[in-house]
Amino acid sequence: MNIHEYQAKEIFRKYGVPTPSGHVAYTPDEAVRVAQDLGGNIWVVKAQIHAGGRGLGGGVKIAKTTDEVKDWATKILGMNLVTHQTGAEGKLVQKVYIEEGADIKKEYYLGMVLDRAKEMPVMMASTEGGMEIEEVASKSPEKIVKVAIDPTIGFQGFHGREIAFGLGLENADIMPFIKFAQALYKVYMENDAEMIEINPLIKTGDGRFLALDAKMGFDNNALYRQNSIAEMRDLSEEEATEIEAGKYGLSYVKLDGDVGCMVNGAGLAMGTMDTINYVGGKPANFLDVGGGANPETVAKGFEIILKDKNVKSIFVNIFGGIVRCDRVANGILEATKITDVNVPVIVRLDGTNAKEAAAILNSAGIENIIAANDLEDGAKKAVEAAKRG
Amino acid sequence: MSILVDKNTKVIVQGFTGKEGTFHSEQCLAYGTQIVGGVTPGKGGMEHLGKPVFNTVAEAVKKTKATVSMIFVPPAFVSDAVMEAADAGIELAVIITEGAPVKDMMFAKAYAVKKEMKTIGPNCPGIITAEECKIGIMPGMIFKKGNVGLISKSGTLTYEASNQVVCEGYGISTAVGIGGDPIIGLSYKQLLPMFENDPETKAIVMIGEIGGDLEIQAAHFIKENIKKPVVAFIAGQTAPKGKRMGHAGAIISGGAGTAAEKMTALEEAGVRVVISPADIGKAVKEVLN
Repeated sequence: MNIHEYQAKEIFRKYGVPTPSGHVAYTPDEAVRVAQDLGGNIWVVKAQIHAGGRGLGGGVKIAKTTDEVKDWATKILGMNLVTHQTGAEGKLVQKVYIEEGADIKKEYYLGMVLDRAKEMPVMMASTEGGMEIEEVASKSPEKIVKVAIDPTIGFQGFHGREIAFGLGLENADIMPFIKFAQALYKVYMENDAEMIEINPLIKTGDGRFLALDAKMGFDNNALYRQNSIAEMRDLSEEEATEIEAGKYGLSYVKLDGDVGCMVNGAGLAMGTMDTINYVGGKPANFLDVGGGANPETVAKGFEIILKDKNVKSIFVNIFGGIVRCDRVANGILEATKITDVNVPVIVRLDGTNAKEAAAILNSAGIENIIAANDLEDGAKKAVEAAKRG
Repeated sequence: MSILVDKNTKVIVQGFTGKEGTFHSEQCLAYGTQIVGGVTPGKGGMEHLGKPVFNTVAEAVKKTKATVSMIFVPPAFVSDAVMEAADAGIELAVIITEGAPVKDMMFAKAYAVKKEMKTIGPNCPGIITAEECKIGIMPGMIFKKGNVGLISKSGTLTYEASNQVVCEGYGISTAVGIGGDPIIGLSYKQLLPMFENDPETKAIVMIGEIGGDLEIQAAHFIKENIKKPVVAFIAGQTAPKGKRMGHAGAIISGGAGTAAEKMTALEEAGVRVVISPADIGKAVKEVLN
């Protein structure tokens, strides 16, 4: 789960990670009030969406008067912001963050993520603030300092020194930087974060380190014990069909092809997409119906797949193990009574009681349900059906 | 021969009396697995499925001499259960539970390593030595005995692969579902040499997916150390970047962890890589002939 910049900065402040002062606003008038409360004579108006590259897309503007704050807030609120991370369709901006202007002397990058190979969190820093870390990694990897932190000992001074000296900081900056990094580690660990990015981290003219931007993602499996984080979830930032699927224990991701698929198990679901691609078609989605595959979940699966109007056929690929195929077959027939399925459905059931399942499907005599012998046969039939339109 | 577990392996179940624990323990017992007891705190002294229940793993190990634990406890209690098993001297913990927080697994794994306890999973179907011992939730009847070792991040793809191997007239020595979480126990790199040294195993199938770099590590390892033929499939060639595909670890982040880079690395290591999972069985037949 991801959160907005303004929410991440709220968490930062709680842990003593310094950020410029600021507040979220939902209307231009509110934006002006926030600017007045903050005081000063320069403000930044920042679009709040879950995507990077907001500045280049026109979602971050500097205002020198409260009238300018109002103008920019009016323009940004309600705009459809397109960045390299939103895709061509962009994202609707529903709130802005008003922040005091900062005196930037130098920009850095500082981030934390799980190092899957080392099985511990890693802190990454670079002198190329403002640039995307992936870009720095591919163009000049020597500019990235990476330090893995063994959670059983926690963040120690030496971790901080390795990064600080690695960045070439001046001696006077070492201690303030280490304090900053130490607080950030605490934010990461105590909130079950999956990712933190501060890009840029700035050094101000008077020698302070401030998080000018903040991006955070969290481990979904830990949200049950992170209530305040879970409350920060912004459903308007997520795909409506994915949320809907999640409510029924289904895992769905929309793709841009025309062959819908419904599969049990995430690996086999990806494998099914790959097979469709291999035989010359394009998968319309990833959908894992889980172990149960009962009539209700299968019906919901059909409903969700068919919300995508590009779908011209559906490939149901179930490998029944503990769940017997004859039960799944009955479930599919039941599901077609609950949800109106108006495209050809190619069904491949393998595993326990597969023969009985095929007999059930065949004897039902439903025209648009076609049985397949195996994975490849099913994929081919589904692709052919989609091509016939 | 086989790897890690066989008909003589003594197994206890943590979370024995729960719904999942009960159902799958019954299935394992029916398969022939030597489940010698279980652990449910507060239910010590009871009997369940004809086996003794203990309050602690330490007590269960002392009384039953079990060396393996199959773990079904809910996600919030998984790290505690794993560490308890490690502390009690269990040699292998098979963690079936799905949904364990990454941070918890970080600490649990570190402690398991310190105590020299092997782990499989979490979020995995478990391990099966065909026709001898099933520790997990896979449908046993799909795994006919034979000479192919199987290592997979995915449950149903494991069944699919085993089914294809059996349809081609071969069978499975041991199949290990290593799970698709960001932090897992035994991985390709640790399991490959076990299969290499197992006289019964003649070929190895490895099934990977997008996310992380375990398959790349495996490729480097295979190039240097594995003489037996390896067939591989990597799921998620058509997966979009930055989207989690069901498994917590199945995500291409920052452009890294793609199926293409893993397939290339494996091919360079001399592995027979199939593009479609429907070709796993045929490829096994090819490499064994």
